[in-house]
Amino acid sequence: MSQTTLHINGLSLSHNASPARRLSEVLRDDLGLRGTKVGCDAGDCGACTVLLDGAPVCSCLTTVAQVAGRKVTTLEGLPAKGYDVLQAAFLRYGAAQCGICTPGMLVSAVALLDRIPHPSKQQVEDALGGVLCRCTGYSKIVSAVMHANDPLPEAEIPKAGSAIGAAVERLDGQAKVDGTEQFGADLVPENVLLVQTIRAPYHRARFNIGDTAAWAARNGVIQVLTAADIPGENRFGVIPAFADQPALAADHTRFKGEAVALIVGEPAVIECCNLGDFPIQWSELPATTDTDDAKHPNAPQLFKDRAGNLLITGLVRHGDVDAGLTSATHRATTTIKTAYVEHAYIEPEAGVAWLEGDTLVIRACTQAPVMDQEETAKILDLPKERLRIIPAATGGGFGSKLDVSLQPLIGLATLKTGQPCRMVYGRAESMASTTKRHPASMTASIGCNAQGEITAMCFDGDFNTGAYASWGPTVANRVPVHASGPYRMASYLAEARAIHTNGPPSGAFRGFGVPQAAIAQETLFDELALACGMDRLEFRLVNALRDGDKTQTGQRLAGVGIIPCLKALQSQWQETLNRNAEWNARHDSLKRGVGVASCWYGCGNTSLPNPSTILAGITPQGQLKLHQGAMDIGQGSNTVIAQIFADALDLPLADIALVGPDTALTPDAGKTSASRQTFVTGKAAEQTGKQLRTLILQRLNAGDGAVLSLQGDVVCACENGTTNRLDLRDLPLDENGYAISAISTYDPPTAPLDENGQGIPYAVYGYGAQMAEIEVDMRLGTVKTRHIHAAHDLGRTINPTLAAGQIEGGIAQGLGMALIEEYIPGRTENLHDYLIPTFGDMPEITSHLIEVPDQEGPFGAKGLGEHVLIPTAPAILNAIYDASGARITQLPALPFRVLAAIKAAQT
Amino acid sequence: MAYHRPTELKDALDILADSGMQVLAGGTDIFPAHNGPELSGDVLDISGIAGLNQINQTADGWRIGATTTWADVANADLPAAFYGLQQAAGMIGSKQIQNSATVAGNLCNASPAADGVPPLLVLDAEIEIAAFETTRQLPLGEFLQGVRKTALEAHEIVTAIHLPNHAIKGTSAFQKLGARKYMVISISMVAARLTVNEGRISQAAISIGACSPVAQRLPALEAALIGQKPNDPDGWLGAIEQQVNSLLTPIDDIRADAGYRLSSAMELVQRTILEALQ
Repeated sequence: MSQTTLHINGLSLSHNASPARRLSEVLRDDLGLRGTKVGCDAGDCGACTVLLDGAPVCSCLTTVAQVAGRKVTTLEGLPAKGYDVLQAAFLRYGAAQCGICTPGMLVSAVALLDRIPHPSKQQVEDALGGVLCRCTGYSKIVSAVMHANDPLPEAEIPKAGSAIGAAVERLDGQAKVDGTEQFGADLVPENVLLVQTIRAPYHRARFNIGDTAAWAARNGVIQVLTAADIPGENRFGVIPAFADQPALAADHTRFKGEAVALIVGEPAVIECCNLGDFPIQWSELPATTDTDDAKHPNAPQLFKDRAGNLLITGLVRHGDVDAGLTSATHRATTTIKTAYVEHAYIEPEAGVAWLEGDTLVIRACTQAPVMDQEETAKILDLPKERLRIIPAATGGGFGSKLDVSLQPLIGLATLKTGQPCRMVYGRAESMASTTKRHPASMTASIGCNAQGEITAMCFDGDFNTGAYASWGPTVANRVPVHASGPYRMASYLAEARAIHTNGPPSGAFRGFGVPQAAIAQETLFDELALACGMDRLEFRLVNALRDGDKTQTGQRLAGVGIIPCLKALQSQWQETLNRNAEWNARHDSLKRGVGVASCWYGCGNTSLPNPSTILAGITPQGQLKLHQGAMDIGQGSNTVIAQIFADALDLPLADIALVGPDTALTPDAGKTSASRQTFVTGKAAEQTGKQLRTLILQRLNAGDGAVLSLQGDVVCACENGTTNRLDLRDLPLDENGYAISAISTYDPPTAPLDENGQGIPYAVYGYGAQMAEIEVDMRLGTVKTRHIHAAHDLGRTINPTLAAGQIEGGIAQGLGMALIEEYIPGRTENLHDYLIPTFGDMPEITSHLIEVPDQEGPFGAKGLGEHVLIPTAPAILNAIYDASGARITQLPALPFRVLAAIKAAQT
Repeated sequence: MAYHRPTELKDALDILADSGMQVLAGGTDIFPAHNGPELSGDVLDISGIAGLNQINQTADGWRIGATTTWADVANADLPAAFYGLQQAAGMIGSKQIQNSATVAGNLCNASPAADGVPPLLVLDAEIEIAAFETTRQLPLGEFLQGVRKTALEAHEIVTAIHLPNHAIKGTSAFQKLGARKYMVISISMVAARLTVNEGRISQAAISIGACSPVAQRLPALEAALIGQKPNDPDGWLGAIEQQVNSLLTPIDDIRADAGYRLSSAMELVQRTILEALQ
């Protein structure tokens, strides 16, 4: 330790720290400046960016000794520098979604704006290129920085009844831009202990744990916890019937990175603890990480009761596919392989647990607080009432933060020690141990008649579900329902299998297998269109589902929006084809191409209940509170649900105060998954708003047409020139503790799928189509995505800024999946070997918001969150073929694969 | 555990003479290889040494101090022979990395994919190495000995990179190929420096990185380029393929297979030469 004088945000601070400590750690843990975030500890993500004498550096790569005598500026210091305007621009332009990258973006932008007050797009991208964002697709960040010193666009402050459709700023945005948002790692109680995990170093192994008490004593560790310490059922899984994953493995591990023991102690001890001599003996066992190997009769079997490593098979079929294919005028077949894809949220899992009386409180990042509560309670043998989940602000999730990760572990440590316990995953730990997108190995054949109408489609896919079930059953069920795309098919047979391997568990990732399946179907559609001599967009229009059509599961549809989406692309499509033809006639080494693909996606659980409940009430003091339990992980449900509720109640959005999410305060609004929150929780909010309005009107004997207003502690209803007043202070508190309140639950009506996969799996579907314009370097195989037009049917747009943000972010992830993202277990557990798109990889994106109302959705709204990712990869792959003749069948389309495919096409 | 942050070179060499320890400059390679909130073991932090981060013109050429950052290189006013080095400086990691990472650090880390190496090779860089009461100088090609392996002894530090006058001629260019735009490890990269006299190439230096354990110069190609007309690539295109195939030993890895590395390197060589000639 030595005394260092630090100059931070204009203040001189004397500080005792080890000089070799990362500046990021000193800022956050010693000085409490937690606006600086840590995403990788390796300089790969830029979340920890601070200014050092005005220049951006990664504070995770800088020792505290190196900043002695130099000026450090963190996010907290920006207002004093006059950059509150930049923070306001981030909010107004919708540049912050989850908010975890926002501090790094803001600080990097300041270094640019100090030099160039009105930067160009290119200057912004170059200056901010060292900060990764996984939510936004970057374009709104670029806009906010370019226009930081321009007058802000007018804020939308909707009047009563006009919240829906208004581009209001996110209601929870301020904390995301001023650094006060508390993510999983940002709440650190006094006297907190640190927990670290011992994890499996092999894909599959047996192990013996030795004398941990002696090791703990030698190292000053307070406690070592193993499977033997787990009081409840040491088994979790998002789908109860398939729960198979131990919180801590007992004697053998099924994937590299599986947790086997916890060490708990004082932070200073744990963070420096040498785990190299931890008393554990490993015996590596034969393993498989690939479904082809796992299906082999001699392959290691992961579970006794899952013969052939088969977890589950999903099936949908109707009609005579063999006859349909045989009689088809044109047939095309493809085999596609996709990679493990990592969610790569910039916030690695983090959280803290403590005891309040005999209640265990866990505050961690999550997408599903009530599922966390149920699963953790079971593992820790606690009644649900004694476990409270207060979700932390969550720095991105995209599906992976649906499954519990550290919740049972910090809960166990807290129960055993009685002290608050905290855990923060490192980047490698997060990547190795949490779920991924299923790698898929798919074969599909489609036939059509001379007019281009599909006569039959056959789809067969193996989905690598890794070591544990997680969401494998969901993927196996969703894929056959959706593999047709939003198209009519005279006959159809689709089978998807979830196969266990010793890879990391594959779980939920934006689309549950449908993005993979869409690649097979949409690339085949291009082949068939070409075979028919038809325009590729026209071919899709011919086959697109229409109102009254039946899906492949026999469900009759209404409110089908795919044709308007495709038609929204038509003029751009034709123009681009013409422009590309001119370009390609003049260029040899750079060829341009355009591709189109569609999506459809059922919102909510597949043929299973998934209710949401919304409570709202008005206090005697006249505060209108909305108990909003839907986790907002950046996608915007805090804002969207409130907009829907406001219009249903017909009071101004500004009157609403949000409560929650918190399992002690908010009823269950289900998980943030399956594109269900706007639809399902939104519908519950609509019902609750209407119910509350009815209650108020009844109390006042007012008619339906009365205009409500909240004036202090009085609710007024104005009708035909007379005003009735309800004095809230006069009312006794109701069972919810309000002067007046309403609660309502909505569960989408569905029907089970039969043995042929026929039934009504979803109450609402959303639709979309995207058109990608790309450029291929024919000698290097590199692909530059130039422009994507995205037309998505939202039924009813609740918030256009947030909707466009979802589209841009989904496209970024789809582009990454198509071109660069490939997680290799044990090899790419960092953000420099595992590449996600940067500022410079994103095309211009034009969003076309289409509104074909749905009868079921709130105010006609449909889900959007996953839809937006599905068409991107196939549209890009079709464009690559159009440009270069290269048919990519193994993803991602890295330059070496593209060049090999170009060469193959040329011979 | 000791943390030394001397302000004088002499003190740094004194410390190292007594016991070897890890030398820290920009920290951008050391920290990523390290788990936990602080560096463990003894550290000699050379980032505070006065005068070690200067770029100067000397009688013999140019001297880039060891702890000069890549941002300093990118922003310096340098002759056209340095263009390629300055281009590379702007492509190393991110702005954040360029503001911290040092020129000598990039060399001492000895990654096959170090973006700084090919442009320094075409400038005939010599590495100045100091130890207690001694200094020595090595050509960059001898300093780099293999993957993560250099000629540096435990008690030595790199103090500067010298670029001799004979190499500060002509114009240079640098191109790197990666799977994304920013913050990307190169699949292959090429630096070229060419001098044209009376319509003919009179001096040529070409190097390729990420296609062999250590980046390499391409002497046969350089020789074949001498006397060629810049605007007549047909005269020298054939030499590229021959030289690349005979000299390079790329590996298959997650970023590309060996065959792709070779073919992309050939293409990059051609493009970089043409860019340098423009």
